[in-house]
Amino acid sequence: MKVLKTKTPMPEQPVEERIRNFDEVALGYTEEQALIEASRCLQCKDAPCIKGCPVNIDIPGFIRLIKERRYDEAIKKIKETNNLPATTGRVCPQENQCEALCTLKRVGEPVAIGRLERFVADLELKKGIEIPKIEKKYNKNVAVIGSGPAGLTVAGDLAKKGINVSIFEAFHEPGGVLIYGIPEFRLPKRIVRAEIEYVKNLGVNIYTNVVVGRTITIDELLKEYDAVFIGTGAGAPQFLNIPGENLVGIYSANEFLTRVNLMKAYRFPEYDTPIKIGKRVGVIGGGNVAMDAARTAIRLGAEEVHVLYRRTEEEMPARYEEIIHAKEEGVRFNFLVAPVKFIGDENGKVIGIELQRMMLGEPDSSGRRRPIPVPNSNFFFPLDMVIVAIGTIPNPLISMTTPDLAISKHGTIIIDETTGKTSKERVYAGGDIASGAATVINAMGAGKISARSIIKYLLREN
Amino acid sequence: MFEILEKKILAPGVKLIKVKAPLISQKALAGQFVVIRVYDKGERIPLTIADKDEKEGSITIVFQEVGKTTKLLGKLEKGEYILDVVGPLGKPSDIDKYGVVIGVGGGVGIAALFPILKALKSCGNYVISIIGGRSKEYVIFKDEIENIVDEAYITTDDGTLGRKGLVTDVLKELLEGRKIDRIWAVGPTIMMKVVSDVTRPYNVPTIVSLNPIMVDGTGMCGGCRVTVDGKIKFTCVDGPEFDGHLVDFDELLLRLKTYKEEEMLALKTLEESEANRIESFKD
Repeated sequence: MKVLKTKTPMPEQPVEERIRNFDEVALGYTEEQALIEASRCLQCKDAPCIKGCPVNIDIPGFIRLIKERRYDEAIKKIKETNNLPATTGRVCPQENQCEALCTLKRVGEPVAIGRLERFVADLELKKGIEIPKIEKKYNKNVAVIGSGPAGLTVAGDLAKKGINVSIFEAFHEPGGVLIYGIPEFRLPKRIVRAEIEYVKNLGVNIYTNVVVGRTITIDELLKEYDAVFIGTGAGAPQFLNIPGENLVGIYSANEFLTRVNLMKAYRFPEYDTPIKIGKRVGVIGGGNVAMDAARTAIRLGAEEVHVLYRRTEEEMPARYEEIIHAKEEGVRFNFLVAPVKFIGDENGKVIGIELQRMMLGEPDSSGRRRPIPVPNSNFFFPLDMVIVAIGTIPNPLISMTTPDLAISKHGTIIIDETTGKTSKERVYAGGDIASGAATVINAMGAGKISARSIIKYLLREN
Repeated sequence: MFEILEKKILAPGVKLIKVKAPLISQKALAGQFVVIRVYDKGERIPLTIADKDEKEGSITIVFQEVGKTTKLLGKLEKGEYILDVVGPLGKPSDIDKYGVVIGVGGGVGIAALFPILKALKSCGNYVISIIGGRSKEYVIFKDEIENIVDEAYITTDDGTLGRKGLVTDVLKELLEGRKIDRIWAVGPTIMMKVVSDVTRPYNVPTIVSLNPIMVDGTGMCGGCRVTVDGKIKFTCVDGPEFDGHLVDFDELLLRLKTYKEEEMLALKTLEESEANRIESFKD
């Protein structure tokens, strides 16, 4: 049989429709499409794809089960190692992970592993999630701080093992970046809620409105719990620190996305949280968050949305798929420009930005070519709204209130990467709080490592 | 869910509620605040903690009904619940023995000033209060404050209580007359700006408690950022108290107006839905 060289295309909402709503863009495979795509998998003995997966899903295993139309077993196979498959099937950068190592890449496109993962995960959500039986319960208690991808992974893995878990979440709703950060049109909140429901049904308690570091401290938690896992992410926005940054109309991407996603500002005044939307919106940055912000601004009705990035498209850290989606939706890209200062009117509202042109020099420590300012190239770029999406750093609340927790100069918690152990006895950490801002799946991978070593420590087993 | 244990009307449009929140009550210190959300479609807003009762596991919040959220909060009665209350947030006031301290309070800021003055007094300071309002009925927490301070002054715009004039009139006289070691000013932003301007020539450290627009209150959005000494600070984690002489108040005043139109619209929708409800009762 001849192998199809290209991926089965993903059905999508037409551009002209989707730019006017917040519904999901990628619609998911039908059974027929999933079967065609699954048939492309060569079932390689050495399964190179698994090595690319931070949570080591048995990829050929679950794809074989799809081929055999044994979908219930396929999702079970995925859930052996991944508690949030409907989420990762949507937001994982598969092109840099499992799919990057797929044997089929030698002759064409890799197997669409993420799309197949999503297919069986969605099927299960539709049918109702099956909760695995927990064989043995232990009198061991673990506190998990933060309910994002890392925290949910640790909680799920420990609960499956029979350990009592309490999650503490600062917001009024669990999910972390999956709820406040990633937009509805890329990751519907009903999907996230269903996956959280699954973790809760494993027996995990979730306490919202608890800010660890303020409402309660790590040391207080250690009195009541056998171990603590910190998965608080990289939630603090970075600003450019250039003049005019506090003008009205300039948002951090975190604020803009939190207002829209968590607080549902796109449905104001039905929901009480407002958002301003400009006619000409500038988004500073070139990552996935910048793409999310730009595409959100389009949907809120901005006339023009301009991404401003200091390198070129080649160096953009955003997923290729997101860049394509953004372009299709009318987002304009301005490369090799760096902000110098913001300019406002007499009411303190932003009316534009002074940009300086850049050129690419030698590669820097990230391996990407470093942008170098072009002298005397400054120019004025009119904008009435700006979203700063240049990255996030760890929130200092826990490090400030836990004096014996070793912190790096970047503000991240220092851990042993093979165990998740911090400098403090019985305290583990993982995800963006330890690595700095990264991906959902890397946080989940780190969560699995910590869960394993917590289990080992509490139950004295491997 | 957080139960309302007690509710009082302190002044026209100004209400006090005691809320059951044991974890927050244990931790809350003078100067800190909570973020609340009244119902599932509600906005998150910051409110200063005016008092607490650890034994009862409660905190006291005083608020003025100005927008939709505070109006909805004002409608909740004893025995009803607030959906979300999170805190205590922000850094506590820097309480120490300074010597002679003046607390200047205006509007609902007087309630927020109360725990600070209480803490300063118990630390051994000589505490002077200057509180003021538009007229007599707007001067809240009068007795509570008078009970703990060494000297108390009151001003009203119309002279119906205390001296006719502004809090800063009394403040100027005190600054002229004797050595003051530190000043706390809590109230409307414009009042804190004027107080800071008044004390600047006297070089008396002046602490202000800012109340900008906030979303999360934990340092993750930056909506509450202010310029202090030329640098960006987040009110929710670096504050809410700052050196008033270094705060860019003009910028803060402009930022506070960001959602003026939306706030009016939200309020209008609320009033209309209430009018409709009353109409439907008539049918």
